[in-house]
Amino acid sequence: MTGETQTVSPKAAGAKQYIRPVPANWWLKRKTYFLFMVRELTCLAVGGYAVLLLVMAGCARDEQAFHAFFQWLESPFSIALHLISLPMVVYHSITWFNLTPKAMVVWRGEERVSPVLIAGSNYVAWLIVSFLIAWFFLGAA
Amino acid sequence: MADETITLEVFRYRPDEESEPRYQRYEVPYREDWVVLDALNHIKDQLDGTLTFRWSCRMGVCGSCGMMVNGDPKLTCAAFLRDYYPEPIRVEPLNYFPVICDLVINMEDFLHKLGEVNAWLVPQQEKPVSDGEYLQTPAELAHYKQFSMCINCMLCYAACPVYGHHPEFIGPAAIALAQRYNLDSRDGAAEDRAEAIFSHEGIWQCTFVGDCTRVCPKDVDPAGAIQQAKVTHTTQWWKSVLMPWGNK
Amino acid sequence: MAKSNEPLWWSLFSAGGVVAALFVPITLILTGFAVPAGKISEENMSELIHSPLTRVYLLVLISLPLFHWAHRFRYAAMDLGLKGLGAALPLFCYGTAIAGTAMALFFLVRM
Repeated sequence: MTGETQTVSPKAAGAKQYIRPVPANWWLKRKTYFLFMVRELTCLAVGGYAVLLLVMAGCARDEQAFHAFFQWLESPFSIALHLISLPMVVYHSITWFNLTPKAMVVWRGEERVSPVLIAGSNYVAWLIVSFLIAWFFLGAA
Repeated sequence: MADETITLEVFRYRPDEESEPRYQRYEVPYREDWVVLDALNHIKDQLDGTLTFRWSCRMGVCGSCGMMVNGDPKLTCAAFLRDYYPEPIRVEPLNYFPVICDLVINMEDFLHKLGEVNAWLVPQQEKPVSDGEYLQTPAELAHYKQFSMCINCMLCYAACPVYGHHPEFIGPAAIALAQRYNLDSRDGAAEDRAEAIFSHEGIWQCTFVGDCTRVCPKDVDPAGAIQQAKVTHTTQWWKSVLMPWGNK
Repeated sequence: MAKSNEPLWWSLFSAGGVVAALFVPITLILTGFAVPAGKISEENMSELIHSPLTRVYLLVLISLPLFHWAHRFRYAAMDLGLKGLGAALPLFCYGTAIAGTAMALFFLVRM
C-alpha cells in the first residue's frame, strides 16, 4: 500500500499521519458512483445533439446543403448515432426529473409538497410536450 | 448455539512501530444481535488490546464510531454482523481523512469547517432572558428540522468524492448545518454564512453525486440542503445583478 | 472565501437541463427515426425549419443544451482526473457554448 505521510498538529507531536490516495478509477468502485458518472456523461449526447441541430440550421439556408443533410439523416450512420444517443438523453430526462424535488422545495404549512408529486408533474409535462412537438412536426408534414 | 465465528479484516496503522499500514484478521464470535462495534470491542477486550478506535453511545446518536465497513461508510454501532455473515468484514478508517492510528482519523478539518460556517444560532435580535423565549411556530420549525438531525458523524464526508479529490471543499454536513441555521426563523446570520457557503469551495464544488444523503444515518439529506442553497444563492445573485440598487 | 459568480453558469446549466429533458428526446426521435421512416419529406422539413416558431425552438434547443453540456462536462472532466488545466477548461467549455449560440443566432435570425 502506498501513500503519503504528513506531520500532524502539535497535539499528536511525533506521530506521522497516513493519507490514503484516491484512485483514478474511484467511480468504478461503487454502483452509486458509477451511475453518477453515467448521468454526468449523458451531457455528451445532449451537447452532441445540439451540435447536430446547429449543423441542420446552418444547412437549412442552402438547398443543396440541406439536401445533403437530409440524406445523411436517412443514412445508417445517422440512425446508429441517434440509437446510441436516445437512451442517454432519456436517462438525462429521468435523472433530471427525479432530482428536481431536491432543489425545488415547496412548503404547505408544516408539510412539504410530496417530492413524488413534483417529479410526477415533470413527467406529465414531458409527456404533453412530447406529444405536442410530435403532432406539430408530423402533422404539418 | 453453535460456536460460529466471523472474520474481521481490520486496517492497522501503528506509526510508532511501522511506517506502512497493514490488515490484520481476527476471528470473533458470531452473534445474531452483535454489531461491528461489538466485534471490535471483543477484539480489544479479548484478542488484541492494541487495537484503537473511537466509540461512545453505541446507539447511533453520538456520531463517534463511523468507519468504512466493506468499503461503505457506516456507524459501526449500526452495522449488524448478520448482514455480512458468513463473509469476512473489512473494517477501515473513514475515507478521505488522514489516519492518526488504526481506525482513528484526524477530524480537525471538519471541526474547522463547522466554525467557518458559524454552525450555531445567532439571534436576529438579542433579548434578555427576562423577555422570555424566542417563539417559533411548528411550520417554522419544520423548515429546518431535518437538517438539525446531524450528529456530526462525518460519514457524508467519507462518501463524497469531491471532498476526496478537493479537501478544501466545505462538505455536506457543514453546508447542511449552515442551512439548518439559515432556515431557522430565529436566526439572523445568513449573510455571515454566505461568504463561506456561497463560494467556490462551498456549495459550488458540489456536483450532486448524492452519496452523502445515501449514507447519512439520520436522514439529514445534505445533498438536498446543498441544492436548496444553490437555488438561494442563484436567486440572490440574479437579484443583485438585475436590481443592484437593493441591499447587498 | 469570496462569493462566487457560479450562479450565472448554474442558471444556464439548469435551464439547459430542463429544455434538454423535456424537448430533446422527442426531437431526437423525429430527426433520427421519423425522417428515415419517411414520415417527414425534405420539402416539409425545410419549410418547417424556416417558420419563425421553429427557428426560435431550434435556437433554444441549440443554445441552452450547449450551456448544460459545458457546465457538466467542465466538472465531469475534473472528476475523471483532468488536472492542472486551470482556467483553460471553463474557458473551453463556456466558450464553445457561447460560440455555438452565436452561430445559431447567425443561422436562424438571418435565414
